[in-house]
Amino acid sequence: MNNTPQSDPVLDIRNLFIAYEPERYAVKDVSASVKRNRITAIMGPSGCGKSTLLRAMNRLHELYPNIQTKGDILLEGQSIFSMSVIELRRRVGMVFQRPNPFPNMTIYENVVAGFSLNDIRLKKNQRDEIVENALRNVALWDEVKESLFRKGTFLSGGQQQRLCVARAIAFNPDVLLLDEPTSALDPVATSKIEDLLGELKKKYTLVLVTHNMSQAARISDESMFMYLGELVESGPTGTLFTTPKDPRTEAYLTGKFG
Amino acid sequence: MSGDRITKALLFISSLTILLLSTGIVISLFGGAIPAFREFGLGFIFSSAWNPTAGNEEYGAMSFIAGTVITSLLALIICIPMAFTTSLFIAEYYRGTRTSGILRSLIDLLAGIPSIVYGFWGFYALRPLLVSTGLSDQGFGVFTASLVLAIMIVPYATSLSAEIISMVPAELKEAAYSLGATRREVIFSVVIPSARSGIIASFILALGRALGETMAVTMLIGNANVIPKGLFAPGNTMASVIANQFGEASGLKMSALIAVGLLLFLITALVNYLGKLIIKRFA
Repeated sequence: MNNTPQSDPVLDIRNLFIAYEPERYAVKDVSASVKRNRITAIMGPSGCGKSTLLRAMNRLHELYPNIQTKGDILLEGQSIFSMSVIELRRRVGMVFQRPNPFPNMTIYENVVAGFSLNDIRLKKNQRDEIVENALRNVALWDEVKESLFRKGTFLSGGQQQRLCVARAIAFNPDVLLLDEPTSALDPVATSKIEDLLGELKKKYTLVLVTHNMSQAARISDESMFMYLGELVESGPTGTLFTTPKDPRTEAYLTGKFG
Repeated sequence: MSGDRITKALLFISSLTILLLSTGIVISLFGGAIPAFREFGLGFIFSSAWNPTAGNEEYGAMSFIAGTVITSLLALIICIPMAFTTSLFIAEYYRGTRTSGILRSLIDLLAGIPSIVYGFWGFYALRPLLVSTGLSDQGFGVFTASLVLAIMIVPYATSLSAEIISMVPAELKEAAYSLGATRREVIFSVVIPSARSGIIASFILALGRALGETMAVTMLIGNANVIPKGLFAPGNTMASVIANQFGEASGLKMSALIAVGLLLFLITALVNYLGKLIIKRFA
């Protein structure tokens, strides 16, 4: 799938600063790396900068001209700021907090939206194959194969979110960014998404922002803990949860704040 | 009586006043129009006669209905490309920037200019320009009126559709951007389809405005009580004929003018209702 030499890490964040207003940093001097075929969880209390950090990884901040970014992020060794933003976003997919299928499109159209939005023309059998594969990969195929041409917004919240994952992986990205993907879902739908992420890491590298510690403990391999814009601590999830080095991490994990 | 009950009574009375006022207007319109309809029947709507000579009196609303509909639709056609692109520009392309803020205030400013000033401008600036092109002898007519009318409804249509466009959720646009879509693709595949019905509704409401606009049109349309024979020919609209003739009207003629007013009221109400219905269904 990947022709580039398998350099580890997949993503390498170097001295990243992000400010919404001049000199007021939401992310301060963060350096970290994201390992291949792992789930890396970014945790921390609200406002700690975890989503801001995630959204830097596909340069989504550039949609908002007042946000300033300093520092660098390397994708497979190459600076994401030197790539075309379109290519970057095709290689780094994203799933959002609230399920957001395109309301004007059917389930089928939603899955191939990445292609149609980019004016990439596919033959019908190619499209059918992509749709079926992506929906099978998110365990949604059996539930929707009879209603592929209904609007995606008719699905339940959990199904919509899996549809959004399918839409993001239809392009076969290197990395999948997930911004609190289960925070709008009920427990059953949440556990389905968590199972799904466990499957997806075999093919993709996942970065998961969550405010839910137990979720991070359950499904992530690597964890980062952020507080007030700083990356306090990162490492294998097991180590970080059992023997945190920083007192702030310990305080967060034991529920003293957050 | 407790303060709460006094407040309730006051609010009730003022709401009731509004209700009584609007019912009163409708009743007096209907009442005033009865003699005309009794004399000419439904033929009043379809006849284009307008003859106030005593003994030979004959009235029909068709010339004015045609004038109103033609100028309004033409104004709408001219308005759509301007208002649509401007609203995209301020609500999406330059969203949140200084440029967009300045443009928005300018549009609000345009919307606040009194109708008579637009008419004046059309009369002294636009009409001579049209005469100099040779398309029209005196510059009065359907086209001049429609052009000024278009300029008058552009601010209204623009700010309504900009409102609708800026309501398209950021998360939908971000989803499209995160799939590698360019700005143009996001606008045409996500923003416009999501906002489409609202944009259509805002143009329908703008049409509602154009239908009832009086002063500027009266100054420019030429006030000929006939169905306009061409784009540059003079005509008259429902609102203009009332404004021009009510002062010297009495008897059957007055009733005919009121009947024209009633028809205008019904057409405008219908158009506005349609626009609001569409907005309600999709908001």
